[in-house]
Amino acid sequence: MPENIVIIGAGQAGQQAVQSLRSEGFKGAITMVGDEAYPPYQRPPLSKAYLLGTFERPRLFLKPDSFYEEAGCELLISTSAKAIHRAHRTVELSDGRLLAYDKLLLATGARVRKLRCPGADLAGIHYLKTIADVDGLQSVFQSGKRIAIVGGGYIGLEVAAVGAKRGLDVTVFEAMDRLMARAVSPQLSAFYAAEHEKAGVKLKLRTGVEGFEGGAKVQRIKAGGQTYEADIVLVGIGVVPCDELAVHAGLGCEDGIVVDQNARTGDPHIWSAGDCTRHVGREGHSIRLECVQNAIDQAKHAALAMVGKAKTYSEVPWFWSDQYDLKLQIAGLARPADRLVQRGRPEDRKFAVFHLRDGVVAAVEAVNAPGEYLVGKKMIAEGKAIAPETLADMSIPMKQMG
Amino acid sequence: MSPPKFKVTYIEDGGTAHTVEVAEGWSLMEGAVKHLIPGIDADCGGACACATCQVYVAPEWQEKLPPKGEMEETMLDFAPDVRPTSRLSCQLRMSAALDGIVLNLPKSQH
Ligand SMILES: Cc1cc2nc3c(=O)[nH]c(=O)nc-3n(C[C@H](O)[C@H](O)[C@H](O)COP(=O)(O)OP(=O)(O)OC[C@H]3O[C@@H](n4cnc5c(N)ncnc54)[C@H](O)[C@@H]3O)c2cc1C
Ligand code: FES
Repeated sequence: MPENIVIIGAGQAGQQAVQSLRSEGFKGAITMVGDEAYPPYQRPPLSKAYLLGTFERPRLFLKPDSFYEEAGCELLISTSAKAIHRAHRTVELSDGRLLAYDKLLLATGARVRKLRCPGADLAGIHYLKTIADVDGLQSVFQSGKRIAIVGGGYIGLEVAAVGAKRGLDVTVFEAMDRLMARAVSPQLSAFYAAEHEKAGVKLKLRTGVEGFEGGAKVQRIKAGGQTYEADIVLVGIGVVPCDELAVHAGLGCEDGIVVDQNARTGDPHIWSAGDCTRHVGREGHSIRLECVQNAIDQAKHAALAMVGKAKTYSEVPWFWSDQYDLKLQIAGLARPADRLVQRGRPEDRKFAVFHLRDGVVAAVEAVNAPGEYLVGKKMIAEGKAIAPETLADMSIPMKQMG
Repeated sequence: MSPPKFKVTYIEDGGTAHTVEVAEGWSLMEGAVKHLIPGIDADCGGACACATCQVYVAPEWQEKLPPKGEMEETMLDFAPDVRPTSRLSCQLRMSAALDGIVLNLPKSQH
């Protein structure tokens, strides 16, 4: 009997799973359910070229519609899964239908974390996760408008860069004492702060948001004991995994659906991949990743395991961010106790920071420095030990270190 | 009004050729993805961050291409099975000058 696979969530991981299941020879039926009005699309351009207006909507889609037809995947968009009945192996849909499965993949991603302060539900306060979100923002994202960005993380800063480029008056409010504090080294935070200020972006660090005021729509933001005028507010304060279906079905969840190295949950019929998961990373720590790499690689591993070719997931995480003409590329996972080694000079707008742990490269952050990034990534995969002086020595090309 | 389209031929490692039309301004990576041509992964979606969209450009087309940017050049330095004719297809934009271009695809992008 050919098996029947159901995928909940039509995003980066869901699309990759369809592709990998077929390329690994799965012959049964595949049904993918997504609650957005679109087939799977890439989110990274949403806060970059798509918001800037240099990247048109058709280009966002990961695959043309014919992909799903050719792959024999029934794609149910604008449909959400409401419950998983594990005892009967069925998924209950918003239209009342019950879908039977032999194997199930949860690829539900993450949703934006909402602010909870006075005035947080005023009109004019935007979040950025979906095409619909950008479309809502786009209509007011105009030259001369004052935009208050809450959160100095990747998304807030990418929007700040696009805003500055498009002539908006941009202010970023960040509660921590530096930008992208959870993700990058202090060197990078300082460098990016200077770049944003050069572009005319006002940065308010150590400034927590207390509330918003306005009438029909938001007009003022209160932060750090002061009040600032604003026409638009964009909030980028992180995401929370969409794990409620799994929680209600009694699957193990700890701020994310817990999966093993084969992307399998505690139920032998259910796998999960992408932003909604938590897994034990290659260094033995429980982690939750929010990046394209993890969505793709974990979905590939789920597909492999579903067709009986399970392989251990131990890929090095990687990520990028585009702000102005700066390409930030990161590989590996940094920890606070890492020894930092800088290579190149921030003044040249081309440098890298390596994170060494017990003498071994654990992570690399590279700004306009793809060689440092790629060799660094390889060193992380291989667990390569290297002397800090050698890494920092610009007279030795990266190629010779790999 | 939709942009004009021009022809591109993608040849898989096994020799299978696909001739398709790609809209002006789209990247040659997007052209391959849109037409479901196997052999281009494009994990980063064209951000010049993954080097999984490598192609080999037929010699007669080389000189019609814009020179490599520094980012592309370095990414290629470290990609698997790189040849002198290698380019990252996400960095090449379709234009009238490239009408008819022929691209060979590597065996694997990883
Ligand atoms: C603005 C922005 C910029 C980003 N930039 C980068 C970047 O530069 N580099 C990078 O690596 N990553 C970036 N990311 C992160 C990256 O996009 C995500 O890690 C990736 O999309 C995760 O894939 P996923 O399949 O897990 O989730 P998603 O792609 O979010 O897909 C999950 C889908 O499941 C749907 N869903 C949820 N619950 C249900 C349900 N019950 N029933 C039906 N459907 C459901 C959701 O609506 C969603 O459509 C960015 C994200 C955003 C929002
Ligand atoms: S698609 Fe990632 S580098 Fe071209």
